[in-house]
Amino acid sequence: MPRRKATVAVFAALALAGCTTDKPPATQSSGAPAASAAQSGQGSGTGTQSKFFVQADFDAQLAMRSQTPQGPEGKPWEQAIAPEMTDTKTFKKDGPYHLCFSNAAVNNPWRQVGWKTMQAEAGLHKEIAKFTALDAEGKDDKQISDIAELQAKGCDALIVSPNTTATLTPAVKGACGKVPVIVFDRGVETDCPVTFIKPIGGYLYGADAADFLVEKVPAGGKVLALRISPGVDVLETRWSAAKVVFDKSKLQVVGVEFTDGDAAKTKSIVNDYIQRHGKLDGLWMDSGATAVAAVEAFEDAGLPVPPITGEDQQDFLQKWKDAKLTAIAPTYPTYQWRTPIIAALKILKGEEVPKVWNLPQPKITEETLPTYLQPDMPPLHYALCGCEDLPGFPENWGGKKS
Amino acid sequence: MKRALPILAVLVVLLAAIAFVNPFFLEPAGFLAFVKRAAPLVILAAGQYFVIVSGEFDLSVGSLVTAEVVIAARLIDGDESATWPVLALLIVIGLLVGLVNGVITTKLRVPSFIVTLGMLLVLSGAVFLWSGGAPRGALSEGFRAFGRGGLGPVPWSVLILLAAGAAAIWLMRADFGKTLMATGDNERAAALSGVRVHRAKIYAFMLSGLAATVTAILLGGFAGVSAQVGQGLEFSAITAVVLGGVALGGGRGSVLAAMAGACTLEALFTLLNLYGISGALEFTVQGVIIIAAVAAGAVRLPRKFTPRKGDAHAAS
Amino acid sequence: MSGVSVAARLREPTQVVFLALLGLIALGWVLVALDGGQFLTMESVVGIQQRSAALGIVAVGQTLAILAGSLDLSVAYLISLASLVAAEIMAGRDGNIVPAVAAVLAVSALVGLVNGLVITRLRVHAFIATLGVALIIRGVLDHLYDGPAGKVPESFQLLGYSRIGPVPVSALLWAGVAVAAWFLLSRTRLGYRIYAVGGNEEVARLSGIRTGRVVVLTHVLCSLCAGVAGLLLASRLGAGAPTVGTDGGYDLESIAAVVLGGTALAGGKGGVAGTVGGVLLLAVLDTLFNQLEVNSFVKDVVRGVVIVVAVAVYARRLKGRPA
Repeated sequence: MPRRKATVAVFAALALAGCTTDKPPATQSSGAPAASAAQSGQGSGTGTQSKFFVQADFDAQLAMRSQTPQGPEGKPWEQAIAPEMTDTKTFKKDGPYHLCFSNAAVNNPWRQVGWKTMQAEAGLHKEIAKFTALDAEGKDDKQISDIAELQAKGCDALIVSPNTTATLTPAVKGACGKVPVIVFDRGVETDCPVTFIKPIGGYLYGADAADFLVEKVPAGGKVLALRISPGVDVLETRWSAAKVVFDKSKLQVVGVEFTDGDAAKTKSIVNDYIQRHGKLDGLWMDSGATAVAAVEAFEDAGLPVPPITGEDQQDFLQKWKDAKLTAIAPTYPTYQWRTPIIAALKILKGEEVPKVWNLPQPKITEETLPTYLQPDMPPLHYALCGCEDLPGFPENWGGKKS
Repeated sequence: MKRALPILAVLVVLLAAIAFVNPFFLEPAGFLAFVKRAAPLVILAAGQYFVIVSGEFDLSVGSLVTAEVVIAARLIDGDESATWPVLALLIVIGLLVGLVNGVITTKLRVPSFIVTLGMLLVLSGAVFLWSGGAPRGALSEGFRAFGRGGLGPVPWSVLILLAAGAAAIWLMRADFGKTLMATGDNERAAALSGVRVHRAKIYAFMLSGLAATVTAILLGGFAGVSAQVGQGLEFSAITAVVLGGVALGGGRGSVLAAMAGACTLEALFTLLNLYGISGALEFTVQGVIIIAAVAAGAVRLPRKFTPRKGDAHAAS
Repeated sequence: MSGVSVAARLREPTQVVFLALLGLIALGWVLVALDGGQFLTMESVVGIQQRSAALGIVAVGQTLAILAGSLDLSVAYLISLASLVAAEIMAGRDGNIVPAVAAVLAVSALVGLVNGLVITRLRVHAFIATLGVALIIRGVLDHLYDGPAGKVPESFQLLGYSRIGPVPVSALLWAGVAVAAWFLLSRTRLGYRIYAVGGNEEVARLSGIRTGRVVVLTHVLCSLCAGVAGLLLASRLGAGAPTVGTDGGYDLESIAAVVLGGTALAGGKGGVAGTVGGVLLLAVLDTLFNQLEVNSFVKDVVRGVVIVVAVAVYARRLKGRPA
């Protein structure tokens, strides 16, 4: 029986090699992102550097921090940092347009907020006659089928938010030959999409958070780093950047723990560390989902909350204000979900777009907190949705009309 | 009590090992913190025990916990006065879900694995459909108190655990427990001897739903609103019950042992964490230990108990 | 408990599931037409097959385990492991395809053997045994990998992408596996024994069947199917991925497909044909949701209801007959 199966597999593959194939053309990708610089950080408690770390990307992202974005004032989702424009005249065609979107998933609040924002943006433009979206439910294999299916639907442009970088590359490559492709959030290992839209990136996120702790925590202070889970590219960059910063500092990283994004587990971990070390002087987090739980761990232990990093979710911003925390909230803005629609229309109208569209990536500080705190929005709403001017706000995002 | 001895011995060893590495564990505050952390899973395991001992499974408890927390957050929406009515509603929902699971399993004769798998899908889909994909609203301080606060130094969750544990043991000693054991041991024989097996099973599912509600209240209180609060709890609860020596397929094992199994599981996590095996390999160690523990129990059993009858009185 | 009466009884749910499939296609046609689209286009037919091939292969294996009165919760992690073993050994080179496939099959068989032996020799309930093995594999995967790894050569990717007219090679592979399993179940002694063990282990033992060996064999076959599914997914993704199995939910979904196809979870009743119908039903449902752009939460609710209702219908049909 096993031999039979193997034979069937091999035979089928060999015999049919010449038949029809939907397989995209040969891959020329550079393979896994090689760690160009794996500095050792022994002694500082940060462990070995992630194999995802790329020094050049790290340097580039940190350099963008000080650059002024180009584009309309007050509309960060249309702004771009250091854009290298690419010509799109070959894609120019008359409307109305049919836009298609292959979405990795809507399985977390960040993607929920983003997805609602994108739908609202699509509703703004009357030249979009049809907007077809397929949800891959977090499955690579389904997204590959979805991209193939969308190509058959007569889309004028295809927007892709890849579920994973490496495994979606062949599918995106296959689509590139047929329609203009716009990729956002995660990238792919090919430059065939017309534009790749992303906020500056994870290195800046991680470094912003770590820099804040280096500034606020006295030398020798004990810092605990909480991460969601290992192996997620967009999160690995955040931690690897923080590691670089911590390794250069005088802070002592007493632990790097994974929370699985679970609030109860986060609270327990922080409790354990408080018990073991008596106190903690700083808390670095790679995302804000469990920041409130971490703060509560200190409150329940009757201790002052040390400097902490969070994200732009409303529950954390509210806690920040109520408990008068020393905090910072780097962001990975959900307004990036507006940009692909805008980019698609520019491309179809033959206007040039940045090849890599780096969106500004602000951080929320004590001074800007009041601007972003919106008490009428749900606790897991992301403040940087850029959705306040869109129709249906705030109800469609779960908020209350004030 | 006798049936719970092996697992209690394992538990004591694990607790001693924790105390060895972390002396703070021996202080009342440290120990209470551990019990507080274990309480939700222990209560959930007690609920799962009733279902398993009656010969069924309940895979829906994890998504029921998530659903209840999301429902509570949206309905309470930070309003203190809504706390108690919503708590009552949650209990009703938990019982109702158990009732539906039980009725479909017994009256429509669908295997409970499938019924509760379907319920898992329906609950997680429906609640997020209703809340628009992500939780909204907020829990009130009154609601949070059950998982966060305490009576003096003793956390409420520890008191709730003691009450729930006592109730579970009492239930298993009462006629209901004997009925349930007989049902799980040999459904046909029980039915022929006049036991209302369907009703017993439906009650078991309702108890599991109730336990999931209490777990949801404790977890939501402990850590606040989250979309994944109940993730994977069904497998943890079933594992805990089995670790306590309760046979899948029903008719054997004590509720005390099941709850001790949950404590053991929690102690195991704590210990692995303390010894720095956290992260990746933790799962491997967990898998090996679970198989080993159950295998040890299974291999020993036949020598001691050849016939499976008369076992019904072993509950304690 | 003769082979004939078993076969006669299991035919019914199979008919039901294929009738339901036809009904669903008709319903889909109407709904999509009302929506202004066309339901079964060439692309969506290819899509249905592509989408169901991997699940279909796993479900065939799961059918064998369930028929023997067992079940396998470790398939999802095994699929991830298989995809990684395949892609790592292939490392982008054509010459390595054969060793890679051989290694995947060997690893899968080993996992199946462990599953089977833990269940039969250590007398651990299949639920716990395979859950434990799943955790062990998960730990190893998490420890060794933190993202996609390895590379599948172009020639092997053809397995996942090529097709003859409207029939993808992956679907042919699935059909091959299904036919082999059907042959095994209905034409061989082992098949007869699987039904016997799943029907009543005690009786089977008394009639001279070495029940332990049968259970171990079904687990080896089930794991081999998962390994083949892992190979297929690796060829689709072009790399191995540590989360491809769990993201796809192949553990619970394959069990759902099997019972949807009318195989009794308790074992001894059912067959591969029903499972194929069950997988197709789920795939057509998915395609319909895709076409109508139904939100994923509604999908979960509908899936849950469909599975329970289907099994309730089968239970009704069997009612009143000698068990």
